[in-house]
Amino acid sequence: MIIAERKPLEEIAAMVAPFKRVLVLGCNTCVAVCMAGGQKEAEETAALLRIHRKKANIDGVVEVFSIERQCEFEMIDEVVDKLKGYDVILSMACGVGVQTMIEHIPSLRVMPGLNTTSMGYPLEQGVWVERCLGCGNCVLHLTMGICPISRCAKSILNGPCGGSAEGKCELGKDVDCAWHLIHERLKAFDRLSDLDEIQPPKDWSTSHHGGNRTTVREDVKIDRG
Amino acid sequence: MIAGSKLERMLEAGHFVVTGELGPPKGADITGMKHHAEGMKNHVEACNITDNQTAIVRTSSIACGAALVQMGIEPIIQIVTRDRNRICIQSDVLGAQALGIKNILCIAGDHMKFGNEPGSKGVYDIDSIQLLKGLKDLRDEKKFMGGEELDGEVSYYLGAVENPFADPFEFRVDRLEKKIRAGASFIQTQCIFDLDRFEKWMEMVRERGLHKKIKILGGITPIKSLGAARYMKNNVSGITIPDELIDRLKNAEDKKEEGLKIAIETIERLKEIEGVAGVHVMAIAWEEKVPEIVERAGLYPRPKID
Repeated sequence: MIIAERKPLEEIAAMVAPFKRVLVLGCNTCVAVCMAGGQKEAEETAALLRIHRKKANIDGVVEVFSIERQCEFEMIDEVVDKLKGYDVILSMACGVGVQTMIEHIPSLRVMPGLNTTSMGYPLEQGVWVERCLGCGNCVLHLTMGICPISRCAKSILNGPCGGSAEGKCELGKDVDCAWHLIHERLKAFDRLSDLDEIQPPKDWSTSHHGGNRTTVREDVKIDRG
Repeated sequence: MIAGSKLERMLEAGHFVVTGELGPPKGADITGMKHHAEGMKNHVEACNITDNQTAIVRTSSIACGAALVQMGIEPIIQIVTRDRNRICIQSDVLGAQALGIKNILCIAGDHMKFGNEPGSKGVYDIDSIQLLKGLKDLRDEKKFMGGEELDGEVSYYLGAVENPFADPFEFRVDRLEKKIRAGASFIQTQCIFDLDRFEKWMEMVRERGLHKKIKILGGITPIKSLGAARYMKNNVSGITIPDELIDRLKNAEDKKEEGLKIAIETIERLKEIEGVAGVHVMAIAWEEKVPEIVERAGLYPRPKID
């Protein structure tokens, strides 16, 4: 899932200050699970924004609504007339949602209410961890299912660096060393010798470094002749 | 002989080698650094030039290395993979060659978080082992990392670092072996304060015969004050300082002399360990003490070599 967190209220308020009619639009999938941008968080944000705007003597209305996913044209289409009734939409979706909306309905002004942080999962209540960078060339089969690209601060491929101590990363005691975890799992499966192989430089062209990516599947595309 | 640098010739001749370390300034005036280099010139075989150490912006290691070459002092330029991708690193290595630099130390480098540009984008296109392998292939196979052929040839002596105090401990010997296979001819270790652990590591190194495949230089850092010791213990990644050493400094009347004594004693012990080919003295902000340390450790005058 995609993980995000709400932008500071001050930043949001400044962003939408020039607009009279504001719609805070929640997104009820990923960002609802990480408690950042679902219906509930959209309502809270709208309430805080109303108070803020009242104090700042800004006229207008702040309304709330949410859809299942802002990253799908069909779901945007269902509410398009409603969306067009506002001067600005404060999207509580991830960065993908914001962009899908303006690409589909170019006349809309959409602003981000969230900072999109990562792809990962909920570890426990209130804690979401990053687990994938979308590098386009998965190595999890080589690393016992633990991703060194997203979890190692240096994305290295040949074992733990010299900054790994007592299972923790040089970044701090609250960060696990991904390579330490990989080493432990390799040991448990009696596969430590896997680490002997020198992994060659990674081909980063499949990642963002190769430019913005479009995935095309000719076999499932609909021929519009 | 690979590159024929003085460092390589001294190591190959079997001498107990001494290397020093210089940190370029946070400015373009390198006279202070050159002064330190001049000061240790007759006491070390070669001098490391750090590459934006702890992710702090400093004058380029290659530029400073070239200045040392002009002074007749042999540089070992450090290259971190943190700041440059494979295009830039290979280009810089060719440039370093063109400027007469013959020793290269390959490292990943401390994370940007520790430096003065914590908002910078970390490159880490390749890791230190891939860097070693890439530069070895550039030299031996005359091929760039991407496979294209190099015009002419290059010749440099490749080194790496290893930290026997990092974890997982057993991997520290595996990693040394991996670095040997990747192309390292010499290794400089992290500062040694925990000699027992270092000896244990060397024992494992010898069990696998690795000391015969690579020249290992033990890292020495003289501790200038109790505060410096505590700071390194708590804040510098990859350094461990035993409590008894902290206590020894605490109880000493003359902390500086005690710090020097510890460094000298450590060198004395390293000289006795089979497989240790020399020492790498990192006298951070205390470069002027290098000659004294080398002399008091019985390593002066340095052997002459053609």
